[in-house]
Amino acid sequence: MKNRQFKKQDIYWFLFIILLVLVPLIPQVAGNTFIQHVLVLVLLYASMSQAWNIIGGYCGQVSFGHSVFFGIGAYGAGMAVVKFGMTPWPGVIFGAMIAMIVALLISYPCFKLKGHYFAIATFAIVEIFNRLFMVWYWVEGALGLDYPLVDEGWKNFMWYETKIPYYYGALILFVIIFGLVRYIEHNRFGFYLQAVREDQETAESTGINSTLIKMLAMGLSAFLAALCGAFFAQYSLRVDPPMVMCLSISMTFVLVTILGGTGTFLGPLLGAMILIPLQEYTRVLWGGLGSGIDLILFGILIVLIMVRQPKGIMGIMNEIIKFQKNRKNKIISESWEKD
Amino acid sequence: MTMFLQVTIDGLLTGMIYALVASGLSLIWGVMDVLNFAHGEFLMIGMYVSYWLGFLMDIDPLISWIASGAFCFIIGILTYKLIIHHCLSGPPLSALLATFGLAMILKNIALNRFSPNFRILTHTILGGKKIILGDLVLALPQLIAGVFALIVVFIIYLIIKRTRLGWAIQATAMDKEAAELMGIKTEWIFAFVFGLGGICVGIAGGLLPSYLAVHPEVGSLFSLIAFVAVAMGGFGSIPGALLAALCIGLAESLGGFYIAPVFKYVVVFGLYLVVVMFRPKGLFGW
Amino acid sequence: MGKRLGGAKLALLEVKGISKNFGSLLANDDISFDVKEGSIVGLIGPNGAGKTTLFNCITGIYKANKGTVKFLEHNITNLPPYRVARLGAVRTFQIVHTLKEMSVFDNIMIGAYLRESNSERADKIAEDCLNICYLKEVKNKRAGDLTIGLKKRLELARALATGPKLLMLDECMAGLTSTEVKESVELIKNLKNKGITFLIVEHIMEAIMPIADNIVVLDSGIKIAEDKPEIIIRNEKVIEAYFGQKFSKRLQKKGGENTND
Repeated sequence: MKNRQFKKQDIYWFLFIILLVLVPLIPQVAGNTFIQHVLVLVLLYASMSQAWNIIGGYCGQVSFGHSVFFGIGAYGAGMAVVKFGMTPWPGVIFGAMIAMIVALLISYPCFKLKGHYFAIATFAIVEIFNRLFMVWYWVEGALGLDYPLVDEGWKNFMWYETKIPYYYGALILFVIIFGLVRYIEHNRFGFYLQAVREDQETAESTGINSTLIKMLAMGLSAFLAALCGAFFAQYSLRVDPPMVMCLSISMTFVLVTILGGTGTFLGPLLGAMILIPLQEYTRVLWGGLGSGIDLILFGILIVLIMVRQPKGIMGIMNEIIKFQKNRKNKIISESWEKD
Repeated sequence: MTMFLQVTIDGLLTGMIYALVASGLSLIWGVMDVLNFAHGEFLMIGMYVSYWLGFLMDIDPLISWIASGAFCFIIGILTYKLIIHHCLSGPPLSALLATFGLAMILKNIALNRFSPNFRILTHTILGGKKIILGDLVLALPQLIAGVFALIVVFIIYLIIKRTRLGWAIQATAMDKEAAELMGIKTEWIFAFVFGLGGICVGIAGGLLPSYLAVHPEVGSLFSLIAFVAVAMGGFGSIPGALLAALCIGLAESLGGFYIAPVFKYVVVFGLYLVVVMFRPKGLFGW
Repeated sequence: MGKRLGGAKLALLEVKGISKNFGSLLANDDISFDVKEGSIVGLIGPNGAGKTTLFNCITGIYKANKGTVKFLEHNITNLPPYRVARLGAVRTFQIVHTLKEMSVFDNIMIGAYLRESNSERADKIAEDCLNICYLKEVKNKRAGDLTIGLKKRLELARALATGPKLLMLDECMAGLTSTEVKESVELIKNLKNKGITFLIVEHIMEAIMPIADNIVVLDSGIKIAEDKPEIIIRNEKVIEAYFGQKFSKRLQKKGGENTND
């Protein structure tokens, strides 16, 4: 990471990314809502996975419980609209704050656990929240919250006829989260996250309060995850526990990041760009009613990645770069030998 | 009072099955530090094998457990050789996530081939029979399954503790390199242990279809409960897994009856969190 | 910075009566000594003497059962490791711990960020430490890929970047070639001239004896001697600790015979 080149390189990256996402939009203005849907989901999952990446990738604390924060955010927005008849925005903020507080409360004891014990604790927490929300009367339990018809627009953050404003909303979320992570990556907090991941004892001996770092990362990650959840609620127009607060959603965030490359800036985006179209297209083509082929493919992809290149797409790209370098060096040295 | 006893016994019997499933997982975790996410799906496979043998060829679970066990043994070894072996050289969680992928594959193949329908064997030797002790009703299939599961756990424990093979396994679990220096073929041990995990779950799966419905999702919850049992008991410890599994069976049963059925698993997972707060490495972990 | 009593230098680190046991094993038994500001103190003793345990008690990785440690007038006994490091007492590890996936430069940056939260200034500090420790050539290499000699130098560079007042080095010469040892010794001498105080655990005598101002000797958890290097090497208890009773007696007899001839 080169700090001094931070500003120049990043302008390129952001221009590139914005270009990348604006271009597909042009033919879609004509109205293929399915592609718009896929694009919205790609941006949403990329954002969500990047939020997870902060604590799971950069800081190395692999949590399978992020669906709790996602769900709290979703319920925040949902309750505001359904129960209180307001715009979702107060619910979004409130949900994010609650998610952050919950994160800090449960992570503090959990960080005393090591390795698989920690991972299992995070499963346990998701399952507990899932069950509790299923029976919690105030949030309509298993029935869930169904959105009423309201005026379209940014005030209510809901549209019915078209997905394009959702797309721009997702883009804004994406830019916020990715921008934040990019900033962190080049500053002390980002370095400290990685130090804690690499070797906690060494980090401590260099003056890093690892517990504090982990808590901050968890809190931030939870806050951002809740924002994504709120967006999801506004997009789906419905919130219930199996949709937003379950283990499979948690696993998806983890898998997207791992597929792209944990602890890397582009990993979550790359992972989402591959996985979400795969998920959505196979579901449409073969998923049907429970034929499961889409998930079989998903499963095969995961196994292949974990066996072949656990560092994900970024890992594969680095391998290719190294291979090219070695080939170049070989060619150069061979040409010297000839002389 | 009788209700309490009834619920307790039901819980213990369930716990014994959990114990068998958890023992296999505990071995795998203890020896190679891998959390087998597909463990529940292996159980599902064992159950389907037993079901189809019963349904198509009228073979009773009391016999078909042998086939289930053997089939899952092979699946375990294949899983190790084809997948886990390659993941061990990578980052720690890659094996776990690979097994997650495998679980997805297995579950959805079952879904695709066998449909999501719940299936149960209706004409088994033990099916529907009960033993009545005063006010207590003990369903025979559950009773035999539970007791048999307990015996298998005990046998496995004896193998680990008393045989040369078991010592080789323990040595590999404690220090792989040192074991190799002593001439132990650790690769073979790893594969065998994974297969052994498969046997545990295959035998459990073999007995269940006489009273528990088979369907593609049946493995998922068993997986989670097995994880919790193993972690609560302490990884690598079979007595720990047994004790924890029994506690979980009880918690599930008592919690479900006295609080509310939907809270069954809140109690179970909550129990895990409580135990692990006081003993971060489980009850008997090292 | 503290008073100077009659020209005597301030004791930067005061270890008083540190005892640490693991069950029935008494690893450190009532160990006391001072490290004066600007000096190099060597901590030697046979394997298992309790040197690393002592380090761990001082830096907060272990909780000492008895005794106190004062650093710069602060009582640092039982403070968590990161607090000790922030006060200016930084250590390296016997088994070298680099942050493997990060580059050499980023490793040093972690140290630099302790005293400088601004990225650009931390960058400069890291660059300086990189050069002081002769690591310029491997600046962007992955830390896990370095040889052990370079890894040890990286640990030193990282510790240096934190701007320490006291550097505690735990067997930083182990595994180095004799050239590398000489380079490290030169480095330590340069840093001493820049005002850094050293407490060094070492086995390689030709590295520590020539540069130390004071030597503390541990054996089986007890401090058996503390003096200047030239006196320590003649200390009977020290010789016995390293060579055993029989052999040291034989040595002395031989020495006696030689002087008689």
